Amino acid sequence: MPNKTFFWFFLPTGLAMILFIGLPIISTGIQSFYAQHDQVVKEVKKCDPFGCTVSIVVDQEKTSKIREEKPLGKFNGFGTYVDRNHLAIEEIGNFWNETNSFGEFVDQVTNLPFYKALIFTLTYCLFVTPNVLLLGFIIALSLNAVTRRIRGPLIFGTILPMIVTPLVGSLVLFWMIDAEGIIGANLQMLMDDPYLSLKSSKTLTWITIIIYGIWHHSPFAFVVFYAALQTVPQEPVEAAIIDGASRWQRVRHIVLPHIYPVVTFVALISLMDNFRVFEPIIGFSAEGSAQSLSWLIYDNLVNEEVILFGSAAATSMMTIVGIAILLAPVLIRTWKEFRTAR
Amino acid sequence: MEYGLDKRSNALKIFNTTFIIVWLLVACFPFIWTFWGSFKVRADFFSRADWWYAITAFNTLLETGGKFTTDAYSQAWTEGEFWKASRNTVIVTFFVVTISLFLGTLGAYALSRSTRNYAFWILIAALIFRAMPHITLVSGYLFPFFQLQIWGILPTTIVVLVAINQPFTLWLLYSFFKTVPKELDESALIDGCSYFQAFRHIIMPVMWPGVITAGLFSLMLAYNDFTVTALLLNQENHTMVPKIQSYLGTNQHEGNLMWAVSAVVSATAPLFMLVMFFQRQVISGLTAGAVKG
Repeated sequence: MPNKTFFWFFLPTGLAMILFIGLPIISTGIQSFYAQHDQVVKEVKKCDPFGCTVSIVVDQEKTSKIREEKPLGKFNGFGTYVDRNHLAIEEIGNFWNETNSFGEFVDQVTNLPFYKALIFTLTYCLFVTPNVLLLGFIIALSLNAVTRRIRGPLIFGTILPMIVTPLVGSLVLFWMIDAEGIIGANLQMLMDDPYLSLKSSKTLTWITIIIYGIWHHSPFAFVVFYAALQTVPQEPVEAAIIDGASRWQRVRHIVLPHIYPVVTFVALISLMDNFRVFEPIIGFSAEGSAQSLSWLIYDNLVNEEVILFGSAAATSMMTIVGIAILLAPVLIRTWKEFRTAR
Repeated sequence: MEYGLDKRSNALKIFNTTFIIVWLLVACFPFIWTFWGSFKVRADFFSRADWWYAITAFNTLLETGGKFTTDAYSQAWTEGEFWKASRNTVIVTFFVVTISLFLGTLGAYALSRSTRNYAFWILIAALIFRAMPHITLVSGYLFPFFQLQIWGILPTTIVVLVAINQPFTLWLLYSFFKTVPKELDESALIDGCSYFQAFRHIIMPVMWPGVITAGLFSLMLAYNDFTVTALLLNQENHTMVPKIQSYLGTNQHEGNLMWAVSAVVSATAPLFMLVMFFQRQVISGLTAGAVKG
């Protein structure tokens, strides 16, 4: 296809992506170097029969004027990146000097908002991704062994958790797990602990969200693995059966190597999706004990008084760096393949 | 895998069947339970006393005189203005699907027929764009949109969702276009068609399965989106998913939580119907990128 034709065909979609994905990333980058204006204060002298008092109040007029003049805020350089709500360089330095043991230091650091969110996000990725792969693979194997006639409805049932939006999915589970719901109430009875509830402990909340993540993402892994299983050649499998290979050996040495490229694909997609975990936190109303990086950004953006554009943008940029680190191995591999292909 | 030589032991068969039944329960029961509960009053579905009430409908009988009630639905749709939210969802979904299919087919066709290096790099760029968390993009939109005063209205959200959707649509349609033989449009070009005519009259008629799949995924993205619609639309223009969230936050009415339950069912039912009809396309879409390599 000539370059000119390509250009006109690609222009609309290219323009949409540059304007609404490329530019916003740049816009986020610029915003992250600015912080909202401080409020302008003035001294007000108030006198009454008992004497005069000087109080400091916010000068609303001047504050809104300066906000209108420079809506982006004041230039802050990397200030937002290193402040207490983000990388907290200074605080970490202090903790290092003040704390006595390493455990205490780690404890302090993981209480800082950014690190807290980072740790939750990473824990979530670390537990959800492998389990999604495993569960998806087992479901695919066992559905593959079912009679072809009834597979259709079974597949439909299996993919339901994936189709609904994460907010709805987590709400549906939350209403059951809640202390007043069917599972929550039965768990209380079973454990003989009338105060047992999801919100009561941080660990329980994390486990619930992780289980939700596995529930939500496994169908995707299942669908891809199931399709891949259909392409496994029959001859080597039959040969292995004749040679007396057990079922496990067949899966391990024939099926798995065959679908290996698909496994990396699913792992990558699911890692990318898990890294932006956000809606379940709202669905489970778990803000108290579980915060993710995406949730931090959301929280800044729905701030009641002033929207914290700078703070949200700084967290966004660091999230993008995180995504880049996750994607790097794939990109490097693609680049190498591309070079050798030429 | 039905291997002629393979003899499955009974124990394995039983294990397999049990596993599938358990998994299907885990996957489907929450939806069935919510559907069931949406016809009860709050005191039954969220029972402090005994969860068994949700089945016997103790309080529902007391409050409404019947075992099932549709109060939550009628209230949410009228008082809770869920009708408005669903209307907005229909508008957003319709335009997002139409526009992204239009842009996506053109772009993906060009990518699949180009032999240049830049086509490869564009696909890689699309992959990177696909990986961007939506919330980071939204934090980039908000400030400029406030300044331009285009925040809060439906058209802005539609355009944004179309753009966010493009990387995935491009990849999906690209892998479909690759399966259409090049000779088909080349012969049309030799006969004197322009590229656009070949695309319009030769390629599109055989591309319907791919287009339907891509359309379904655009639809699910637009229909299910929370991040973009919650932050880029004002209260008045909220679509279904942010509306459901708004029912959770306000605790003025006792009925509000049940509004959320009935709204969840109302929002999920059409989606399930759709997937039931188009199951084959959904699955082919999910595997298109993966299995073909």
